[in-house]
Amino acid sequence: MTNKVKNNWARHSWIFWGILVLLFYLWSIMGLNFSGLQESAGEVSKSIVEGLFHPDWGYFYDGSGEDLFSLIIQTLAIAFLGTFVSAILSVPFAFWAARAAKENKFHLRSTSGKFVLVLIRTFPELVLAIMFIKAVGPGSFAGVLAVSIHSIGMLGKLFAEAIENMDRGSEEAIQSAGGNKADMWILATMPTIMPEFLSFTLYRFEIAVRSASILGMVGAGGIGTPLLFAIQTRNWPRVGIILLGIIVMVTVIDYISGTIRKKLV
Amino acid sequence: MDNDLLPKRPFMQKYHVKGIGYSVLFLFLLWGSSIMTGVEWGEFFTNLDQFFDLLGRMAHPAWEYTNIVIQPIAETIQMALIGTTIGTLIAIPFSILAARNLIKNSVVRGIIRFILNLVRTIPDLLLAALFVAIVGIGATAGVWTLAVFSFGMISKLFYETIETIDEEPLEALRAAGANNTQVVVFAVIPQVLNSFVSYFLYTFEINVRASTVLGYLGAGGIGVYLQRSLSSFRYDQTAVIVLAILLVVIVIDAVSNNLRERLQ
Repeated sequence: MTNKVKNNWARHSWIFWGILVLLFYLWSIMGLNFSGLQESAGEVSKSIVEGLFHPDWGYFYDGSGEDLFSLIIQTLAIAFLGTFVSAILSVPFAFWAARAAKENKFHLRSTSGKFVLVLIRTFPELVLAIMFIKAVGPGSFAGVLAVSIHSIGMLGKLFAEAIENMDRGSEEAIQSAGGNKADMWILATMPTIMPEFLSFTLYRFEIAVRSASILGMVGAGGIGTPLLFAIQTRNWPRVGIILLGIIVMVTVIDYISGTIRKKLV
Repeated sequence: MDNDLLPKRPFMQKYHVKGIGYSVLFLFLLWGSSIMTGVEWGEFFTNLDQFFDLLGRMAHPAWEYTNIVIQPIAETIQMALIGTTIGTLIAIPFSILAARNLIKNSVVRGIIRFILNLVRTIPDLLLAALFVAIVGIGATAGVWTLAVFSFGMISKLFYETIETIDEEPLEALRAAGANNTQVVVFAVIPQVLNSFVSYFLYTFEINVRASTVLGYLGAGGIGVYLQRSLSSFRYDQTAVIVLAILLVVIVIDAVSNNLRERLQ
């Protein structure tokens, strides 16, 4: 019966939302300047597809250290090292941001920690990479630093959520057996959350591999630099082989990491 | 005491072969990666003052630049909205074709899923670089980039949702003689609509974040100005842009999270 006496707003609110969404779309379509395709668009896409199907196999390995194989390994190294450093740095951030009790929405320590993590997460990774390039010079070390700092934003958040949702039973057990805070942390807290931490770190590694492959576009090492160069010089067979390399690399890493993560949790 | 009665731990367990092996492998990978990337922490700490000098210059934002930033920020949101919408529209038929419970033909499903997996592996900035080469510099390239990027993401989220639906309404409709289109319209869509809208908003959030840097390669939006300020060493302007990005991302996230909570 209560359903029948819905007020007018509840019954007609969809009109309001509909108009709002429509206005939002109108604003977007009007605001964008669709310059139209340039005349060469068809030709360029044709050569890209052609390049993809006739990749420049000679670039795969030539022993110079500037070939696809070495740079893919370098990209993986950037992602691996960056994620490792960021996983360690994220742990204190996570304990800072984790809420002690679920009831209170605002908690000075936890809320401030979460805010800092949001700041880190939103700061564009490319800008971070450029800032580190200013500090240590262009090269993969800048990429490692950018990945290490940027990943804290997401890993810290995931870790904090894992801490909030963990089972507190083992902590209590150590406490009732007379353990102090340090015992509790080493013997109960860390072992309980370790599998989840590892699983999130692997997940973040998958993402870091993707971002490491584009960080090179600003000069932070890895496969991105030759890729951008090949696109700018319209060397489509070269673009084709690099694209294939990235696709294979990401697929293999996703598969390996997925298999390990399934075993962990 | 007769030791033979006690169970013996095999060699592998007794000497922790697996644990030690994995640790050694891990350390080896770390060492190899540091060699490969030329890590020099000493250099990092000696040059840290330069990094802080840069941060210091960013700490004094050029507020008069705010007026110039508003228009490209709006363009960024517009690109994200249109891109996500186009991607979603393309994703819907693909997600239906990839769903295990709707398409029984495993060959079709396999091919579709293979294509979707391929699309998902390509990083967004790489797509931006390609589309800038194809359609030229400007917001159009950004829209196409985001469309392809959200297509890969949304189709996966959508087909996973479709696979979790309740089968019984479908069966009821089939028993009443409905064809495939009717089954989708009257039994599948009503069950998945809420999650679809929720995932659409989620992808929109991610695309707003992504679109802020696409312009770096010429694909429109605020990234163009980001690149300009960075290459002219105007870090005070960079600071304004980063703050604007921060504000927009936080607002969009809050609105989208609020709407998504209402949908559930």
